[in-house]
Amino acid sequence: MTDSQPILQLKNIVKRFGEFTAVDGIDLDISEGEFFTIVGPSGSGKTTIIRLLVGLDRPSAGEILLNGACINDLPANRRPTCMVFQSLALFPHKTVGGNIEFPLKIAGAPAQRRRERAVELMELLRLPVDYYDKHVLQCSGGEQQRIALARALAFDPAILFFDEPLSALDYRLRKTLEKELKDIHRETGKTFVYITHSLEEAMVMSDRIGIMRDGRMVQVGTPHAIYNRPRDKFVAQFMGEVNTLQVSKIDERHVRARSSGDQFEVAAALDGFEQGFLIIRPEVVKIGSSAETLANRVSGTLFNDYSLGSRLQYQVRSSNDGYHWLVEKLQDEAYEGALDEEVVIGWRPEDSILVAE
Amino acid sequence: MRSWLRQPGLISALPVAAFLLVGFAGPLLMVIGFSFMPPRTFSLAQAPTLANFTSVVTDSYYVSFFWSVSLAAITVLLLLLVSYPIAYGMAKLFGKWANLVTVLVVIPLLVSENIRLFGWVLFLLKNGILDGSLKALFGLGAPQILYSVPAIVLGLVYVYLPFMLFPLVIGLSLVPDVLKEAAADMGASRLQIFREVELPLAMPGVLIGSMLTFILALGSLAESKILGGQAIVMIADDIESAFTFAQNWPKGSVLSVLLIAFSGALVFFLFRRVDLDRIIGRR
Repeated sequence: MTDSQPILQLKNIVKRFGEFTAVDGIDLDISEGEFFTIVGPSGSGKTTIIRLLVGLDRPSAGEILLNGACINDLPANRRPTCMVFQSLALFPHKTVGGNIEFPLKIAGAPAQRRRERAVELMELLRLPVDYYDKHVLQCSGGEQQRIALARALAFDPAILFFDEPLSALDYRLRKTLEKELKDIHRETGKTFVYITHSLEEAMVMSDRIGIMRDGRMVQVGTPHAIYNRPRDKFVAQFMGEVNTLQVSKIDERHVRARSSGDQFEVAAALDGFEQGFLIIRPEVVKIGSSAETLANRVSGTLFNDYSLGSRLQYQVRSSNDGYHWLVEKLQDEAYEGALDEEVVIGWRPEDSILVAE
Repeated sequence: MRSWLRQPGLISALPVAAFLLVGFAGPLLMVIGFSFMPPRTFSLAQAPTLANFTSVVTDSYYVSFFWSVSLAAITVLLLLLVSYPIAYGMAKLFGKWANLVTVLVVIPLLVSENIRLFGWVLFLLKNGILDGSLKALFGLGAPQILYSVPAIVLGLVYVYLPFMLFPLVIGLSLVPDVLKEAAADMGASRLQIFREVELPLAMPGVLIGSMLTFILALGSLAESKILGGQAIVMIADDIESAFTFAQNWPKGSVLSVLLIAFSGALVFFLFRRVDLDRIIGRR
């Protein structure tokens, strides 16, 4: 990443559909060569924003700058950017080669050159070269995914946009392709702007993540920063299952839980923090004997346990307020207690996160 | 009993099969048989001859064939030009108003074709509705196309419009908008999107509409008789006269057989060359 002018700048972008405001004032800078992911639940406005960026819709207000020049009024076919659609939008009447070559054909490249480039891209994306004459709909989901990406790369876009292209695939294939996409990003050095509803997916691939909610950008930062310093409860819970307690401040190092009245030590209270939420991730919670010496402890009974494959998850029902605590352990540190037996859980002050309301 | 006779599907299909055999295949076979019988005879029990086939050339019946095929082809081309924009609107733009257009196109079908064509006669007649109105308003008459080939083409285009329009509407609604967006995103102009994406994907509708209207126009009779007067004779006209006025069944049969063979071959070769499933990507 360089400190030069951002390749893409959004200045107070607003998009209204009649009465409904889908995107409500977004400012964002994306650097050249960055892998930037916009994450949000459905209805957060992320699809709207990517359609604005690609040029399929026009913003109601604000400016989109590409390399410093306003592109608000430039239609999609005259923008040097390209998108991989959620449905992939492969042309069903064309072969694999015909699909990949499409942007080159549109640009008027000679057939020989188009074919060479298509084969190059197929190799880059690990598609068998004899697929050139294969019909696209005869290819598997993962292959179609790669064809769509190859086609977009054939366009040689200044920025490559992705509209949740992996959402229709099964879990394992998705995991493989997430990593492949990151590798392709590295190999091509292009700017990738990706949208997804899965923060987990964003974490794997992105240099930076922007989290959207109700048409606004809630937090922008590196995956590390988002994970360790979520700005609010929404961002913290978006990451996945977490223990969330409503708390108010006692002093600089202590908070009190609203429901149980328990007092917990924190690493440091936020400036001006009065009340909010204490976030404790399931994997930092200790259970059984290892919890007994910790500063923050809760006692309860083991309500249930679940196997998550590589990890085990326990639910502990607090005897104080009935809150169901989530605890996750690796297989080799499994807790051997019986269901409904008394158990203590605990965590270190520095492992909890305090967020404002 | 053999097992295939006990299948309920086959047994249920028997009445229809029998009806088709007697009502469709039988007459067709008789027509084919009569085409090999000596001219002006009314029995199938005679020595077969090819006299009727040679008379198609010697008696210049190929001229009617030529007119039918050319007018049908011109009709299809004009119908494509006229219907495509309307179909596009109905499939993509009109929204709920598309139903109104459907109704407007369908309502005339409730009136007999001949009556509608006589309506056009009154409209196109010298001093008729068009000519008379133009004279009264501007002092200039309309060009006289009634009882000439252009009037026949007008009638064909008018009568067969629905048969082109509705297949096109279905064809165009099969084209996903996202594919056009994707094409635009990759730099395609409107013309390129039309040529590379929309037209190929709408091709099933285009082909079915063209085929339907071509075959219908090929066998048309009323347009050339009512709007064309004596300008030209189309093949269906010849067939009708042979069976009725001339009482020459073998002659009528041979012309029918040639017409059916031509239409059949056309459909067969077109649909063999053009794989509809492949076009819309079902394979």
